Amino acid sequence: MANVPDNLHYSKDHEWVRVEGDTAVIGITDHAQEQLGDVVYVELPKTGDEFAANDSFGSVESVKAVSEIFTPVAGKVSETNATLNDEPEKVNNDPYGAGWMIKMKMTNPGEVDSLLTAAEYEDFTKAEE
Amino acid sequence: MRALLALIDRHAGGQRPPLDESMSSNITKVTTHLSPNERLIFDRSQTGRRGYSLPPLDVDEASLDEIIPAEFQRDDDLAGMPEVTEVDVVRHFTRISTWNYSIDQGMYPLGSCTMKYNSRLNEKVARIANFANLHPLAAEAESQGALQVIYELQQHLAEITGLPGISLQPAAGAHGEMTGIMIIRAFIDARDGKEASAQRRTMLIPDSAHGTNPASAHLSGFTVKTIRSTPEGLTDLDHLRELCAHGDVAGLMLTNPNTLGLFEKNIREICRIVHEAGGLVYMDGANMNALVGIARPGDMGVDVIHLNLHKTFSTPHGGGGPGSGPCCCSKELEPFLPVPRIVRSLSRDDEPRAFKLDYDYPQSIGRVKAFLGNYGMMLRALAYILTHGYDGLLEATQAAVLNARYIAHGLQSDYEKPFAGDPMHEVVFTDKRQSRKGAHTLDIAKRLIDYGFHPMTIYFPLIVSGAMLIEPTESVGRQELDQFIDAMRSIAKEALNDPELLLNAPHTTRIGRLDEAAAARKPVLRWQPPAEPHAAATGSSGA
Amino acid sequence: MRYIPNSPEERAEMLEQIGVASTEKLFESIPENLRWRGHLNVPAAMSELELLQRFEEMGAGNRAAQRTCFLGGGAYSHYTPTIVDHLISRSEFFTAYTPYQPEISQGTLQAIFEFQTLVCQLTGMDIANASMYDGSTAMAEAVLMAERVTRRRKVIVSSAVHPQYLEVAHTYVQHAGIDLQRADFDPATGQTLLSAFDALDDQTAAIVIQSPNFFGCVEDVKALADKAHAAGALLVVTVTEAMSFGLLKSPGACGADIVVAEGQSFGVPLSFGGPYVGLFATRDKYARQIPGRLVGEAFDKQGRRGFVLTLATREQHIRREKATSNICTNEGLIALCATIYLETMGRRGIQEVAQQCAHKAHYAARVIEKVPGFALPFSGPFFNEFVVRGPSAAAPLLARLAQEKGVDGGIALSRFNPDQPNDFLVCVTETNTRAQIDALVDGLQSLTS
Repeated sequence: MANVPDNLHYSKDHEWVRVEGDTAVIGITDHAQEQLGDVVYVELPKTGDEFAANDSFGSVESVKAVSEIFTPVAGKVSETNATLNDEPEKVNNDPYGAGWMIKMKMTNPGEVDSLLTAAEYEDFTKAEE
Repeated sequence: MRALLALIDRHAGGQRPPLDESMSSNITKVTTHLSPNERLIFDRSQTGRRGYSLPPLDVDEASLDEIIPAEFQRDDDLAGMPEVTEVDVVRHFTRISTWNYSIDQGMYPLGSCTMKYNSRLNEKVARIANFANLHPLAAEAESQGALQVIYELQQHLAEITGLPGISLQPAAGAHGEMTGIMIIRAFIDARDGKEASAQRRTMLIPDSAHGTNPASAHLSGFTVKTIRSTPEGLTDLDHLRELCAHGDVAGLMLTNPNTLGLFEKNIREICRIVHEAGGLVYMDGANMNALVGIARPGDMGVDVIHLNLHKTFSTPHGGGGPGSGPCCCSKELEPFLPVPRIVRSLSRDDEPRAFKLDYDYPQSIGRVKAFLGNYGMMLRALAYILTHGYDGLLEATQAAVLNARYIAHGLQSDYEKPFAGDPMHEVVFTDKRQSRKGAHTLDIAKRLIDYGFHPMTIYFPLIVSGAMLIEPTESVGRQELDQFIDAMRSIAKEALNDPELLLNAPHTTRIGRLDEAAAARKPVLRWQPPAEPHAAATGSSGA
Repeated sequence: MRYIPNSPEERAEMLEQIGVASTEKLFESIPENLRWRGHLNVPAAMSELELLQRFEEMGAGNRAAQRTCFLGGGAYSHYTPTIVDHLISRSEFFTAYTPYQPEISQGTLQAIFEFQTLVCQLTGMDIANASMYDGSTAMAEAVLMAERVTRRRKVIVSSAVHPQYLEVAHTYVQHAGIDLQRADFDPATGQTLLSAFDALDDQTAAIVIQSPNFFGCVEDVKALADKAHAAGALLVVTVTEAMSFGLLKSPGACGADIVVAEGQSFGVPLSFGGPYVGLFATRDKYARQIPGRLVGEAFDKQGRRGFVLTLATREQHIRREKATSNICTNEGLIALCATIYLETMGRRGIQEVAQQCAHKAHYAARVIEKVPGFALPFSGPFFNEFVVRGPSAAAPLLARLAQEKGVDGGIALSRFNPDQPNDFLVCVTETNTRAQIDALVDGLQSLTS
């Protein structure tokens, strides 16, 4: 059963958001990494890139699949997880911790309130299966 | 991510099989046997070995610096390239060839690939010196035999497809596809004018389509919209009407029979809907093996099609090519075909059989390849057609469909067949019944290797979960079909009683399942010479 | 039909076993109005003997295949060692499928790994793919890749690139929003004019050149690389005569970013233009942008080393419309042919063949220049192809040379450019003897005196 931590916000595209002040830390969920299989490569944007909510900011590849990743909130990239270059498996092993992908300074911090809660996300993934 | 995740099958190779400490195998192998342990050619290389012979230079040898400025000359002495003898090369390739499965060895039940017998006679024809030694830029008058082959093949293919326009220039199916879609684009540009055409940039593609389809559409500047299939596995006409109503549809790409092996019986209506909406219909001809002599795409209302000579017309797959992907089209689309076209001269001054290259087609999409196409494959395909004759071609189609139906019948008690419709030349099953105990399509495929067969096509089409697409072709005899059915039935039992056998399969090959994730994370795509002369030959550059 | 294992009797039994009343019933799902009831206008089946006679008869009409050949222009007449054809004729190689199931395709996969390595060595680049259809489509794909990598839309191509390659590039980019501009060549040297790239700006994705170019002239690749890089653009180098890798400095060593080539010179028969093999090589940093298949090293659970198709997420079957290319089937067996050729000739052989080509070609040029009325119009250095300007129209002269002297002396450039009516392109390889070269020259002399 996939892990769905309580303290995070979720999107229907299987991304999670952790709020740290007005910064959003973003990654993909345990459910997503399970579906993808062994992650072999993560394509990330550059620091300074700006995105609107639901824009694609990169992609994650496994051996047999590739998937775009969408930002649940609007903002400007302040940091990206460069360690994923050499160790993309972090996305599989620790999707909510060491497998984080980007940090964004949110344009509108209130946007997270319209995202799914842990319970809502869990229901959503169950309904999809 | 959601839409794509819905289509990803979690067992499509991304998962690691469980670790296994006790592999069961009935074969005891010596681990130092020569053949399985053959290394790279670079590991055979020794300074001073020679594999070639050349006559001595018979002209005055000027100093190289006099004829080519020193700064343009190579200065690395081709360091790293191998130095081996003729015997080295022969042993090397003979040994590694034994690691391959091949059609000559047994059936490839690969759906969508039509792995039929590659005749040796065709190989002999392709090697006739007067064809093999002919330069592509030799004068037309001096290449008449070669041009005649192209012309005749064109005639036969036009007749088989019911589409009069044809180009043999594309080098593979995907290339022929790109050509066909570019023709559609050119036709619409000409018909509607650039401005109106710019509003028509949508190409409709079924959710069951081969990956080359959307990729080819993209090359012609189209965006792709997906059409759903019905629960019966056919194109959803209502969804098609809905999408066509937008007025931005340039065309529809479909395969018939489709990638589920089912004949799209509404094809005439499908073409009518698209035509009425101002679009054209492109057919992926990968599945022509079910239609030759039976039904013609031209009669179905299709505007343009590509063929795969390396599928339907038996030219060898060669481990990944060469192929040949002729593009056939309706009379209306002919002006847009690539140039040059091979035509028969009408002039009374020319010899009766004068064939010419004609470039005078101002609306042509242009050239898609240098010279005239993969000519060697055209020779083979024409030989195939002439060897079969009109009876043989029809017989091949009938035998191909019968073989697929026979397999469908033999497997349906053990495997779930998701669609009730009668399959044509290929049939799809899922792993639903077998996966109860943990073994999935991938594992079934790998276990099939232990029974001496190449696996079927797996995880395609994407709309079927755990798809296994099986196409025997006409080249398989009844005994071998029965052996295949027996093997699959045995595997079905193993899946329920002893799934470990599948999860760690294959057990009888030289190497087992490879860690593809590690290979993709840190790709090593070439051999590198060792850093120091005494470096061990282990590690990623040797072994 | 002897290729169909089940006899009509067996098929009747099979039909009965599966409960289908007749062969006709197998096609019931096809509406009757779509059933074709015609009779294919294909002759009755031919026996082997008849078939071979038929093709031999057609082949006799290819008079050009029977003559001494000095034709180049993108396809080259080199000698292929005997073992090459024998080895590629092994069932396990030529009747094998694409290696998607690596456990039973290691022969094919290892051969491709060796092929990729050899292409890197020859081109001086970091990674090479498992082949493209040919040199012309490889060049077109390189243009598309340059746009992907740089996100710029302008590409400047030298006019000295093979005319058919230029046509193919135009076809490929016509809907990609790429602006293909031309750079002229210097009519004195035959080399691309460096000044023609003054139009380079921060919108230029790449410069594309061919070296040796269509006229046989060797380009100053390093100078062009510097020019491209100064503007943040890539340099794409195309090579049609791959044997030149044996003598000329590799494009990689000169600073090229993408190298594409036609590999036909490596043991592949002329075969009237195909099948050939496209080589495609680039730098490590562009690994995820390269089109085509890639074979990589991999290990199984027991630590045994094998090979596997890798980085497949770039390709059509996964990334679909966002793929780096739509290519699926490539030129596997031809790549194998080139691999076996290269390994047989080896480090020494490739260099020796290249040197013989160069020496023989320069001898031929020297002797032709002595014939009154003939000269080499371009002063640029050449490898084994060069342009000759004669005293009169080249096309009829060459036609007479062929018919009366039995020699195919060259390619009339008027075929490609009406402004060059008296020019023809001569190619000399290791297969041309001194006697043949002398006969060519004698022929030119006697037909124009």
